[in-house]
Amino acid sequence: MQILVNGEPHATEAGDLAALCAELELADAKIATARNGDFVPTAARADTRLTDGDEIEIVAPRQGG
Amino acid sequence: MNAPMADPMLTLYGESFASRLLLGTAGYPSPDILARAAKASGAEILTVSLRRESARQRTGQGFWQLVEELDLKLLPNTAGCHSPKEAIATAQMARELFGTDWIKLEVIGNDDTLQPDLFGLVEAAKALSEEGFKILPYCTEDLSAAERLVAAGCEVLMPWGSPIGSACGLSNRPGLKALRAYFPDIPLIVDAGIGAPSHAAEAMELGYDGVLLNTAVAKAGDPVAMAAAFGKAIEAGHQAFAAGLMEPQDMASPSTPMAGTPFAGSGRVS
Repeated sequence: MQILVNGEPHATEAGDLAALCAELELADAKIATARNGDFVPTAARADTRLTDGDEIEIVAPRQGG
Repeated sequence: MNAPMADPMLTLYGESFASRLLLGTAGYPSPDILARAAKASGAEILTVSLRRESARQRTGQGFWQLVEELDLKLLPNTAGCHSPKEAIATAQMARELFGTDWIKLEVIGNDDTLQPDLFGLVEAAKALSEEGFKILPYCTEDLSAAERLVAAGCEVLMPWGSPIGSACGLSNRPGLKALRAYFPDIPLIVDAGIGAPSHAAEAMELGYDGVLLNTAVAKAGDPVAMAAAFGKAIEAGHQAFAAGLMEPQDMASPSTPMAGTPFAGSGRVS
């Protein structure tokens, strides 16, 4: 399955968003996620099925003004 | 006669702060200098953001550790969002990430001036307000937009002084004064464009409740010393407003009493 993670093409067999985060070794990291432009809370990641062409955002705290 | 007391506390959404400076965390020479500048400024509210996390670099994880150590109130922003949809999703991610329902709401309308898209801002504010967010909108001095933001549930307004990062100070002083007069009971914070402590003091002398700035401290030759300077300027400006500033006038008015001036009238006898 081919998806976009943070704007970059990514091939994955992960079936859901929680599995994708684990695959990227970010499962325990301080992150927040969105799928196709919509926020996905941590608790909903395991129930969020991935399909070909999905656009996933994985963000973390950063400096800001 | 005693001068009126300046309200010592800044109250936003029911939370009180002794400092009226809100400090940004971006662009410092090092994390250590950021930490020392934050302490030197006296700021109790820090703005933060969120960005894509690389699985390899894990940049955000280190920053999060620093922020936790500073133990200050965090105000996440939606910087870089160009539509209400992006801003809403970013605010939702920020709420989970930082564990706060406070959001500095930015919807950018123009990449050259980074001016707010006021229409998108009002739309996003309405949606986020319904979800219980406490919104601090980055807006302009436009009165009708400000009215709509307040109607949308914003209990604080943050008009720009001048474009973000420009260091131009208060480019529309009469407009900012009008906004202050129009909303006497809404906390108003000048956000963006502040380049010098004098700009921050000027905003406070207009009766503003606080100042939000970042680059003027982060990019100073000595950010820690500049942070302290801004802290003092904001306090001085706030105290000056409360003390009652004199009105400017066109002609001179002697400060030393005229009565009893030596040699007055000399040359009358000839």
